[in-house]
Amino acid sequence: MKISSGTIRLIIPAASLALLLAAVFYMQPRAMSYTGLNLLFNLAVPIALATIAQMLIMSVNDLDLSMGTFVSFCACVAATVLQTSPVLGVLIFIGAILAYAAIGVVIHMRELPSIVVTLGMSFVWGGLAVLILPSPGGTAPTWARWVMTAKPPLVPMAIVASIVIAAVTHYIVMRSSFGVLMRGVGGNNRSVERAGWSVLGLRAATYALAGFFAILSGIALVGLTTSADANIALRYTLLSIAGVILGGGEFVGGKVSPIGAVIGALTLTLAGSFLSFMRISPDWQIGAQGAILIVVLALRLALNRLEKREKSQ
Amino acid sequence: MNLRRQFVEKPWIWSFAATIIVWITTVLFTGGASSFGLSQAALTFAAFSVIVGIGQMFVITLGPGNIDLSVPATMTLSGTLALKLMDVQDGMILVGLLASIAIGLIIGIGNYILIKLLRIPPIIATLSMSFIVQSVAIWSNRGLRIKPPETLAEFATSGLFGIPNVALVALVLSGLAWLMLEKSIYGRWISAIGQSTFAARMAGIPVDGTRLVTYMLCAVLASVCGYLLASFSGGAALNMGSEYLLMSIAVVVIGGTAVAGGNSNIPGIWGASLFMFLVVSMLNTYGFGAGFRLILTGLIIIAVILLAGGRQSLR
Repeated sequence: MKISSGTIRLIIPAASLALLLAAVFYMQPRAMSYTGLNLLFNLAVPIALATIAQMLIMSVNDLDLSMGTFVSFCACVAATVLQTSPVLGVLIFIGAILAYAAIGVVIHMRELPSIVVTLGMSFVWGGLAVLILPSPGGTAPTWARWVMTAKPPLVPMAIVASIVIAAVTHYIVMRSSFGVLMRGVGGNNRSVERAGWSVLGLRAATYALAGFFAILSGIALVGLTTSADANIALRYTLLSIAGVILGGGEFVGGKVSPIGAVIGALTLTLAGSFLSFMRISPDWQIGAQGAILIVVLALRLALNRLEKREKSQ
Repeated sequence: MNLRRQFVEKPWIWSFAATIIVWITTVLFTGGASSFGLSQAALTFAAFSVIVGIGQMFVITLGPGNIDLSVPATMTLSGTLALKLMDVQDGMILVGLLASIAIGLIIGIGNYILIKLLRIPPIIATLSMSFIVQSVAIWSNRGLRIKPPETLAEFATSGLFGIPNVALVALVLSGLAWLMLEKSIYGRWISAIGQSTFAARMAGIPVDGTRLVTYMLCAVLASVCGYLLASFSGGAALNMGSEYLLMSIAVVVIGGTAVAGGNSNIPGIWGASLFMFLVVSMLNTYGFGAGFRLILTGLIIIAVILLAGGRQSLR
């Protein structure tokens, strides 16, 4: 039986998630229940959506350093304007998606480094978030709250949502012709251009789509926390990048995996719970999270080497 | 002499031009009353960004994907441990400095071990490293806020002929960095690696050794900056490095260093650091709220990049 390289890419993230989950279950058998799983993975949904957004940007060889502030901004909009006057809220979100598309256009036209442009944008989103919600507060729209706290039979919402996100984005990125072109831009934009496609349009569309997923992330986050503040999701910038890499994605070459990205986000969330079950002193929690990141990546390296050796034989 | 061409081709001219414009608008608004104090404050705070910026610049010069995210954590740990070690005694100032340099060396080596042995992309490697370093800092910082030795605090907050001492330190460090970059074989090597790692390796450049030294250099500069910042602000705080993550990257790029690597410049870092501080203080004097201030800062950064980037593509 021949396994595609894409599947092999997925085995490692999936195995590390399973390992971590087994460790959590071993230490806290009560987590092995409907409520337990929901609690463990609840916060993973917004992180997974932000990771998908980051993955889209990374598939065209760019990096979005404004992800955290943008998700915070979206959360603030969702908790205030979207709640009080839904039409205006939707308009703001459409404007934000257009802004993301415009960022893509500017980056492409002037051949600017995405890191710097998004760095600048992170100030803009941060400022807008402060303007909309100067102090923590707001209320989640009832429907967002309802979606995030829904209790489907048998499988908890967090798992259902993760599977839906993975399936939908897998279809968009890996199956649709747009996804192929998008990854093509990351792999070799000149050949995509020669084949007659507009790289400019593709990049703009990729950024717009990333903006859309980041907005969903903000709404999902507010649905969970019921209120927002301007700094609510700042750590998402680094979490989303780490999630993509953990899930087998690469910084360049359009090599990304949506299923992997979702698994990466779940792993990062679970790592947090794992550490609190380990009763590690709060001082060392962040450090242990770094260590877990290192261990998983080392594992990936070891498995990659194994795979190479098998191939050469 | 092709002096004029050189002048036009220097990317750092633009960051200085922007700095002067912002300075003038701020001083004009306050009726000239603040010009001295403003310049002093700008030099002091720019000095800290310059020191971390230089380290970050060397790393970014190594080529795409090379970036050190452990800068803030390194600053915090170095500031915390150095102050703890010195324990308000003037005699320990040098020991504290050496200790902070040693911390930088260890973190730099650690970063590169992760990058090289585990083949982790530098962004993720330095990020994971920074988590661990941050944890050590939290663990060692508990409880009391330790003051710096008096002589050191005095040194960090005073100046010579109206120029703040920290700015002088940053100036000396930038001079050394300029020598290393422009006149030493090491500088040629990192530029060569940034332009094409493969070609550099074929040409017999010790790529791994050079990259290791660069990550160590960046971490040492960050830890020296942490040492100075902790002394300047009268004690180490756990979040003292946080704003320098984005700052260190922003000043490098606004200063005209190519993000793709292989082309760097040090004067630009000064221009960009002064610019970044002055923009914020300008917006402050005009009485903007925090929200508008952030938005304008972001838009100004993007505008500067647009202008600078446009020049490059015309060439």
